[in-house]
Amino acid sequence: MSDHARASSDGLAVDHHFENADQQYQSAKLGMWIFLATEILFFGGLFVAYAVYRANHPEVFVFGHQFLDKNLGALNTVILICSSLTAAWAVRAAQLRQIGMLKLMILLTMLFAFGFMGVKAVEYNGKWKHGLLWAGQYDPHAEDHGEISHDVVGEEFPEDAHVEVVSEETVVEASPAQLAADADRSAIAPAAEGPAGLAAPGSAAAEEAGVEIEPANAQTFFSIYFLMTGLHGIHVLGGIGAFVWLLLCARRGYFDSGHFTRVDMVALYWHLVDLIWIYLFLLLYLI
Amino acid sequence: MSEHESSGVHVASVKLLLIVWVALIFGTWLTVSASNIDLGFLNIWVGLAIASAKALLVGLYYMHLRWDKPFNSFVFLGAFFFLFLFIGFAMMDTAHYQPDLIPGYSPGMGG
Amino acid sequence: MAEAISAPGGDAPVDHTLSDDNYLTHGKGILSWLFTLDHKRIGVMYLVAILSSFFLGGVFAMFIRTELWTPGQTIMTADTYNKMFTLHGAVMIFLFIIPGIPATLGNFVLPLMLGAKDVALPRLNLASFWLWLTGATVAVASIVIGAVDTGWTFYTPYSTSTTTAVTAMTLGAFILGFSSIFTGLNFIVTIHKMRPEGMTWFRMPLFLWGIYSTAIIQVLATPVLGITLLLLVAERTLGVGIFDPALGGDPVLYQHFFWFYSHPAVYIMILPAMAIMSELISVFSGKHIFGYKFIAWSSIAIALLSFLVWGHHMFTSGQSGLMNMIFSALTFSVAIPSAVKVFNWLATMYKGSIRLAAPMLYALSFLFLFAIGGLTGLFLGSLSTDIHLHDTYFVVAHFHYVMFGGTVIAFLGGIHYWWPKMFGRMYSERWAQVSAFLIFVGFNLTFFTQFVMGSHGMPRRYYNYLERFTAYHQASTVGSFVLALGFFIMAGYLLHSLVGGEKAPANPWGGATLEWETTSPPAYYNFKHEMQAGDPYDLDALQWDPQIKGYVRKDPRSVLLSTGEAS
Repeated sequence: MSDHARASSDGLAVDHHFENADQQYQSAKLGMWIFLATEILFFGGLFVAYAVYRANHPEVFVFGHQFLDKNLGALNTVILICSSLTAAWAVRAAQLRQIGMLKLMILLTMLFAFGFMGVKAVEYNGKWKHGLLWAGQYDPHAEDHGEISHDVVGEEFPEDAHVEVVSEETVVEASPAQLAADADRSAIAPAAEGPAGLAAPGSAAAEEAGVEIEPANAQTFFSIYFLMTGLHGIHVLGGIGAFVWLLLCARRGYFDSGHFTRVDMVALYWHLVDLIWIYLFLLLYLI
Repeated sequence: MSEHESSGVHVASVKLLLIVWVALIFGTWLTVSASNIDLGFLNIWVGLAIASAKALLVGLYYMHLRWDKPFNSFVFLGAFFFLFLFIGFAMMDTAHYQPDLIPGYSPGMGG
Repeated sequence: MAEAISAPGGDAPVDHTLSDDNYLTHGKGILSWLFTLDHKRIGVMYLVAILSSFFLGGVFAMFIRTELWTPGQTIMTADTYNKMFTLHGAVMIFLFIIPGIPATLGNFVLPLMLGAKDVALPRLNLASFWLWLTGATVAVASIVIGAVDTGWTFYTPYSTSTTTAVTAMTLGAFILGFSSIFTGLNFIVTIHKMRPEGMTWFRMPLFLWGIYSTAIIQVLATPVLGITLLLLVAERTLGVGIFDPALGGDPVLYQHFFWFYSHPAVYIMILPAMAIMSELISVFSGKHIFGYKFIAWSSIAIALLSFLVWGHHMFTSGQSGLMNMIFSALTFSVAIPSAVKVFNWLATMYKGSIRLAAPMLYALSFLFLFAIGGLTGLFLGSLSTDIHLHDTYFVVAHFHYVMFGGTVIAFLGGIHYWWPKMFGRMYSERWAQVSAFLIFVGFNLTFFTQFVMGSHGMPRRYYNYLERFTAYHQASTVGSFVLALGFFIMAGYLLHSLVGGEKAPANPWGGATLEWETTSPPAYYNFKHEMQAGDPYDLDALQWDPQIKGYVRKDPRSVLLSTGEAS
C-alpha cells in the first residue's frame, strides 16, 4: 500500500510577503515548473534541428550513429536513472528530516552525476582521437592515421569494424546529388548486422556491398551530437553545482527544521536532466 | 517517523521509488533490445513510445506530478505542445520545399 | 494640510497624507538600491536603465535619419550605416522594448494592484535586473569593439561569416533573454498565487491580464531565442555547420528558429501596452470598462495565436508554398483579438466623460496610431501583397506604427499615469500637452511618409536611394527631429517634477484599482492594511476631494479585508 505520509510545513519561517508557508512552497514549485518548461523549449530547438536534418538526410544519421557506442550510452542512461532515484529519495529524506539519509542521497546523486560525466569524457575523448568532431573540425582518421585496426576497438567501433573514409573533403569533392544517387540503400543491412562495410569480413553482405561510402555532410551528425550532448552535459554540471550547494546547506543544519523546498526544487531540475537524456539516448544512439 | 497530518505535502514511499526505478531500468533494457531488431520505420516510434512511458513515470512519481496541483502538469505539457508546433511546422516546410532543391540532395524527403 | 480621511463610523482611515518615509527614502545609499528586494525600487532602476537604452537607440535613429537626408554619402560610409541600423534595432528591441513595460511599470504596479507586499520571488526579480545589466553591458561592449552590421535579425549566412562583433552582441542578447524569462516566470507565479481575498481571475484589473499574457509568451518563446543565438555563436566559434550551407547546413532553418521567438516577441511588446490602455481609457472616460471578459480573453488569445504565425516574416525566403499559404491565413486570425480590444475601448469611451489629461492624450494617440499599424499589418500578412512589400519601407513604417505608435506611446501614457504614484509628484500638465503634441506630429511625419515610399519601392536598410525618394526621406528626417524635440521637453518637465512638482495625492486620477489605495509614493511595505478586491473599474465608488486635490473612496472599508474586529 502506498505510504500516506505527509510532511508538515508548520512552523517554518515564511518570507514576509507570503501569507503562509504553503503559499510560499506552492509559489516556488510553480516557479520551478515554469522554469522546466523553458528548458523544454530551449533543448527543443536542438530537437527541431535534429528532426529537420534527419528527415532530409537519414543516410547521414544512419552512418554517423554507428560510431556511438550503444553500451556506453545505455550505461549512462542507467546511471542517470539511478541518480533520479537517489534525488527523489533525497527529497523524501528532507521531508522526513532524515538528515543523514539526505546527505547520503545527495552524495550518491553527485557520484552518479560524476560517473555520467566520466563516461561522457571517455566517449568524447574517443571521438576526438578519431577526429569525429563537429563540422568545422571534422577530420576522421585512425589514431595512427592509418587504417582503422582492431587495436582501437572497444572505444568506438564494433569488433569487426573495417571502415575506410573515402574522402575528407566530401564537402568540396563529392556532390551531394552524386553521392546520394550512388548510395545503394538496399545494401544497408538491418541494424542487427550493421551496415554493409561494417559487417564481419567474409560475410555475404560485406562481399556484396563492399566498403561503406561516407555520405556527404556526414559531419552534420557529429555537430548535432556534440551540440545536444554538450548542452546536456553543461546542465549536468550545473546540477552537480546545485547538489554541492544542497550538501553545504545540509551540513549547516538548514534542513533540520523541516525546510525541504530547495531539495525538492533541485531534484525537479535533476529529473528533467534525466528526462532529456532518455530522449537523447534514443535519438542519437539507438536509431 | 512518518507523519500523518492531513495538511501538507505528499511524501513518496521507498517502495514506490524502488518500483519506479525497476520499471525505468526495465524500460532501458527494452528499448535497447528493440533497437536491435529491425522494424523498419516503426523502430523510431517504438523507441519514442518507450521513452515517453519512462518520461511519464519520472514525471508522475519522481517529480510528484501525481500528487501536485494539476496546473503544474498543465505548464509542463503546455511546453511540449508548443515544441511540437515548432517541430511540426518546420518539418512541414522542409517537406514542401523539395521542388526548389537540387535533385537528389534530400533523399530522405524523396527529393 | 491634508488630513487623514476617516470613513463614517470611525473605521481604520485610509492614509491620504504624503508619507515622507516611503520606499524611496527607506534605506540609503547605492547598495541599498543595488541589493534591494523591493519590487518598487527594482522597477525604478529598470525605468532609468530602459529609458537610457531608449535614448541610446534614439541616438542611432537620429544618425540613420540624418544620413538619409541625401542619397549617397551624407555623414557616414555605407559600412557604418549598416552598423547604425543594426544597432538601432538591436538596442531598441533587446534593451528597451522587450523588457520595457513589464520590467518597469509591471514590476512597480503588479504587486500593488494585487494588494501584495511584493512579487512572489523577489530575489529572482533582483536577479532579472542584474542579468539585464550584464546583458546590456555585453551588448554595449560589442558596439565599442566593432559593432554589428547584419541587421538586428542576424540572418545567416552573413552573420556566420562577417567579421563584425556578432558573437558579443548575440551573447548580450542571450543574457538579456534570461532576464526576460525570469521576469515572466515571476509574474505568472505572482498572479497565480498572490491575488487577494475576493480577486478572482475575472475581478483582476485588465492590466494584469495583459502582463500575464505577456509573461506566457516570455516564458515559452524566449528559450527558443536562446538556443538560436547559442547556435549562432557555436556556428561562428566552433563551425558546427547547422546553418552554413558550405558545411551542409540550412540558412532558412535559422529563420524558422529566429522568428519562432521574434514573432511572439512583438506581442511581448504590444500586450503590455494594450494592458495599460484598458486602465487609461476607463479612468479617463470616467466609465467602467466595456467588455471586460472580451478584453481579458483576447489577451490570452493573442498570446497563443502569436505562436502560429512566424512564417509571415519568411514569405520570400524560400519557404515552401504550402507553408506560405498556411501562415498567411493564420496571420489574419491574430488580428481579430486586437480589433476586439480596440472596439471595446471605443465602446468604453462612448458616452463617457472624457478628461484630456496627459495620459489620455497618449491613449488617444495609441488608438489612432495602433489602428494604422495594425491595419497595415494585414497588407503584409496577405501573401500576394507581401511579395512586393517585403523588405521595403512599408514594413519599416508598419512596425514603427505598432511598436512606437503603439507600445512606446502607451508606455508614455503609463508613465504619465503612474508617475505621481511612483514619485509622489505631479508634472506640468501644460508642458506634457506640448510634448504629446510634438511627439504625435513628429511621429506621423517621420513614419507616414515611409508607407508611401515603401509602396513605391524604396527598399529598407538601403544606404543609397533613387532621387525620386529624396523628398520623402527629407520629410521623414524632419519629423524625426520634431520627435526628438518632443522627447527632450518630456525629459525636462518629468525631471523637474521630481524636485519642483506639486505633491501628489494618493489618487490623483480617480482609479479604482488597489495601487491608488496607498500613499504616493507608497511605503516600502506597500499597504498598511490587508486589502481585498472590489470591482477594479467601479469608478463611481470614488469622489473628488478638493482639499487633497485627489480622489477618495466613498466607503474605504470596501477594499479593506475585514478582520472581524469591532470597529
